[in-house]
Amino acid sequence: MTVEEKPTHLVEESSDSQETPRRIAVFPQRLPVRFEDQKKPGKLVMTFPNLVIREVICLQLVVIVVALMSLVFDAPLEELANPQHTPNPAKAPWYFLGIQELLHSFPPIVAGVIIPTLAVVGLVVIPYVNINVKREGLWLRDRNRTVIILSAVVILTAGVCVPFHAYSIVIPSLLLYGLAVIPYLFPRDSGWINWLGYRSLSDWIMTWFVVVVTVLTIIGTYFRGPAWSWIWPWK
Amino acid sequence: MKIWQKLQDTVAWRSIFRTRLPIKTNLDRSLVIFNSLTMHIHPVKVRELAISFSYTFYLGMISFFLFVILVVTGVLLMLYYQPAIPNAYENMKDLEYVVSNGLFLRNMHRWAAHLMVITAFLHMLRVFYKGAYRPPRQFNWAVGVILLILTLLLSYTGYLLPYDQLAYWAVTVGANIAKYVPVTGEQFRFLLLGGNQIGEYTLVRFYVLHCVILPLALTGLVALHFWRIRKDGGLH
Ligand code: HEM
Repeated sequence: MTVEEKPTHLVEESSDSQETPRRIAVFPQRLPVRFEDQKKPGKLVMTFPNLVIREVICLQLVVIVVALMSLVFDAPLEELANPQHTPNPAKAPWYFLGIQELLHSFPPIVAGVIIPTLAVVGLVVIPYVNINVKREGLWLRDRNRTVIILSAVVILTAGVCVPFHAYSIVIPSLLLYGLAVIPYLFPRDSGWINWLGYRSLSDWIMTWFVVVVTVLTIIGTYFRGPAWSWIWPWK
Repeated sequence: MKIWQKLQDTVAWRSIFRTRLPIKTNLDRSLVIFNSLTMHIHPVKVRELAISFSYTFYLGMISFFLFVILVVTGVLLMLYYQPAIPNAYENMKDLEYVVSNGLFLRNMHRWAAHLMVITAFLHMLRVFYKGAYRPPRQFNWAVGVILLILTLLLSYTGYLLPYDQLAYWAVTVGANIAKYVPVTGEQFRFLLLGGNQIGEYTLVRFYVLHCVILPLALTGLVALHFWRIRKDGGLH
């Protein structure tokens, strides 16, 4: 080794050696906050009152909004639970209706176990995947290769969903695919198409996830009637 | 004003409050943060940009405040609630017709819970689209995902507690999914429900999960979440 190895810590004893116990201060050579060098520059302001006042107002507004909602809308309460009498349809709480809608199309182990597990694992690993850290525009390099892979993935997804009649996934996927390839087909140097072209693959996947979850949840909430048949909410 | 100053000089006052009013200098403003248990979670200074509404839409903050509302209204609801059949259901009727403002209390708890699911999800989206999960914030993102799952579980376990038709069948649909977990599915469902079917023991289990275990877990993880925000260098 030619480079002299630097100690990672400076250790300094307290000058006040009379005192017991002896105090030792440890100064890491790098600042205590990791990635200090990446910290964004920007004007600093005092937390009190600048942030504290915002928090107080925010809390007040949240309380006011919830209180107003509570004055206008009443929490539902039906009859006493009766295991003998199954309502048709029996619906899960709204935030699980996406899964219930999936259960309607796919086998239970896929819809109820595999897909939710994949979604959670997919979310957790986002920051550990390099593509998501770099987030380059989808069409920045090798456009032809990108369009082929993207099309193949979309066709595969649709191909898996169509036999299960999961059109509520197929249709939003195709629409988003259409949006994603616009900058490939009609490249522009400015305007919204240019902006779209700079969206990263991560953006597209997350947007797809959010759109599909939202569509499934809305369908499960408003468009499903007895025996999970399709209904129109306004009829 | 004189009396005010005198009051602040009394031994009792000074033993309770560590900050002296008025707050005039930046040193005083720093001491407000240092000297308070609830404030010292903040740094003394923050980036002006990071505290503007358009930066975070305050969605994490709003989720937290909704949780505070849920704890307060939830503890009050516990005063009127027995996790038994049919008492639980009758308690709901009592809240509506007997307890002063009982229905309002129940509404507050209900709507805050729904809103919290939405705001925590939107908070996740804001963090994602801003790229605020990038190193060194990877772990805090993972903590966030668990927070979102805990929020959903809290909502789900609370759903059973009124023990009406809506509650019973919604939880049945959810619990049936547990059956499909390979190998341990049936056992897991049995453990969750305290039986093969929703009944008295399910109500007690969901009650304990909803009022003790899950809120404690969420509180602990929120503390970790906030601590990590600072350790990771403040807001992105
Ligand atoms: C119970 C739910 C949650 C609460 C109470 C909460 C609270 C907060 C608060 C108060 C902040 C400060 C910034 C802001 O107000 O937006 C924050 C930041 C953050 N949250 Fe959450 N959060 C929750 C759920 C989540 C979820 C679901 C995720 C992601 C999956 C997440 C990931 C993060 C990250 C990475 C930061 C740092 C953002 C930055 O540095 O700009 N949190 N959280």
